[in-house]
Amino acid sequence: MAKLLNVDNPNNTSKNDTLNLEFVDEHALAIPTFKMLDDNGELYKDAQASSMDKETAIRIYETMRFIRVFDERMLAAQRQGRVSFYMQCLGEEAAVTGSAAALEDKDMIFAQYREQAALAYRGFTLEQFMHQNFSNEKDFGKGRQMPIHYGSKGLNYSTISSPLGTQIPQAAGYAYGQKLKGDKACTICYFGEGAASEGDFHAGLNMAAVHSAPTLFFARNNGYAISTPASEQFKGDGIAVRAVGYGMKALRVDGVDVLAVYEAVKKAREFAVENNAPVLIESIAYRLAAHSSSDDPTGYREKEEEETFRANCPIERFRRYMLKQGWLDEAEDEAAKEKIKADVLSALKVAEKVAKPALEEIVTDVYEDVPLHLQKQYEQLKQHILKYPEAYPATASRIEETK
Amino acid sequence: MAKMNMLQAINSALAIAMEENENACVFGEDVGAFGGVFRATSGLQEKFGKDRVFNTPLVEQGILGFANGLAAQGTLAIPEIQFADYIFPAFDQIVNETAKFRFRSGNEFNVGNLVIRTPYGGGIHGGLYHSQSPEAYFAHTPGLKLVFPRNAYQAKGLLAASLESNDPVIFFEPKRLYRASVGDVPEGKYTIPLGKAEIVQQGTDITLLAWGAQVEMLEKAAEMASKDGISCEIIDLRTVAPWDVETVSQSVIKTGRLVVSQEAPLTGGFASEIAATIQDECFLHLESPIERVCGLDTPYPLAHEKEYMADHLKVYEAIKRSINY
Repeated sequence: MAKLLNVDNPNNTSKNDTLNLEFVDEHALAIPTFKMLDDNGELYKDAQASSMDKETAIRIYETMRFIRVFDERMLAAQRQGRVSFYMQCLGEEAAVTGSAAALEDKDMIFAQYREQAALAYRGFTLEQFMHQNFSNEKDFGKGRQMPIHYGSKGLNYSTISSPLGTQIPQAAGYAYGQKLKGDKACTICYFGEGAASEGDFHAGLNMAAVHSAPTLFFARNNGYAISTPASEQFKGDGIAVRAVGYGMKALRVDGVDVLAVYEAVKKAREFAVENNAPVLIESIAYRLAAHSSSDDPTGYREKEEEETFRANCPIERFRRYMLKQGWLDEAEDEAAKEKIKADVLSALKVAEKVAKPALEEIVTDVYEDVPLHLQKQYEQLKQHILKYPEAYPATASRIEETK
Repeated sequence: MAKMNMLQAINSALAIAMEENENACVFGEDVGAFGGVFRATSGLQEKFGKDRVFNTPLVEQGILGFANGLAAQGTLAIPEIQFADYIFPAFDQIVNETAKFRFRSGNEFNVGNLVIRTPYGGGIHGGLYHSQSPEAYFAHTPGLKLVFPRNAYQAKGLLAASLESNDPVIFFEPKRLYRASVGDVPEGKYTIPLGKAEIVQQGTDITLLAWGAQVEMLEKAAEMASKDGISCEIIDLRTVAPWDVETVSQSVIKTGRLVVSQEAPLTGGFASEIAATIQDECFLHLESPIERVCGLDTPYPLAHEKEYMADHLKVYEAIKRSINY
């Protein structure tokens, strides 16, 4: 017969009796926000010393600089009708890049959709980004998903899925597998403060805690879920406070401060991997961009509000730090920005001319092998397209080539 | 009469229902001050206040669970699921709760006051997760009414009827036509009965059947076929569950041929259910096998959207196959 491990405490609660009937206050826990760098790019007096070396700092800065320019150009390309959709990381570059930099390459990344900077930090190339956005035949995802749905097995970056929060319990499961295998690695899972309302958030955090999975739950609290402000999303103290309810450690960090994000995630990673335990990290920043190219924030927030936060730029703050450290040359920085713009433009011109994926990719990967009924549907489709080639220009000419 | 697009027609039906029912509530992700990502609920919060028109946290299972409770209490609950592709976290609440509330309680309780609005369908470069037509999952669940408008006029009348219905309704809005479908729509209230198909065009040689945005594909295909001298009868099913077998079978008895078209994948789709029922009802009148023109049995792709869709050309080919059988 199975033995109850803890007969004193079958409810698994703290034993702390009281004769005073008093509410626990809903604000009993107020989580502090960890900071290091002020807006002038100087460490706060009494701030923790930074462990970020020059090489890492340069790589982080270059990634943020690249993503800022890339996002601008791609949004412009969307406005010109060259790509169908786009999402910017604007305002959250430090949170995403700093967190990715604190990981090891073997650590897995489950992102939401606004974390292109983490993928860039890992080494995803400009061309690879571009092919995905143009859903052409060189896109790893074979042109099946909307722009910004990146993924790379080689870089340990799970392919983006549009449904919100579904990656949260998946990250717990992935991390559990890493633990069983003895990888000494962890999984980071990004999501927004809006997605943290999904049932999958509860499922994922509770399971990671119960099953001791080394998972870093990285909540990007950026103030908005499309139009819905955080004040209409939850009543509690942000997202970090919820960790306590799951018996999990938590950190809250200034998401505009890349040094602070880096230190926080480094500490969390070390704890998670050493102790096989999840950690919830909440980054506080502001979604400066629209939710996506389909969204127009003028319908729900004031320009003045945006301008206030625009002044609090994560890249500018870090740039000042880099200059003060002597790790960045202003002239070289400007030249690099111009070069990125030119590179992005030429990569864009190349990617938009690359052919769409071959028609047969419409039936592959549904299963490992293409079953008979799909082979039949493919043949019928092919014959149909050959009959009306002008109606299906992206694929018709290529079928004729191989006919 | 006023010129309205489908969004304005839906907005008008909602506003009228909220005026008539002083407790009716509209809620969902971004539906409050912003008026929804498609702006279908635009201006409603201003008119009816934050207690009755509100943003919810981003949790579809919560929205539908909350809606079930609110409807059971007697309030007209009108939740929005932002995209039909995102209805699945609420699947349990809809399939096991909404659909069974009346039956399991012996009619002690019901959620007949519930109308779930959700944009569905493809043709907007939405890829896997902004294109799906998930009606078959729900058609397989007894207890739900599934309603599909094809244009602005139909949208207002069918939504008004859904809001009056004493059974829970999922109102699937063809987002491809939200702004594209513009027509004369009465400013006042009118209803179009649920459970009743409409013969959109009379014809003698073949019956074409679809619902929602897909009716437009039938119309284009019928126009092509008419140049070949083929007379098509076009039927808009309008309510997928429970569906109007009578109107469809009467038409097929007359024409002897049927093409059913849906956006969703072929296998297990509602077109298959229709084909099975009609061969049963009309077996001796059929001149050729019932044709189903559907999406492929794959997830909805982005780059190959055009190829994937059950477009008018595929419907036209099916018409010819049926006629020349």
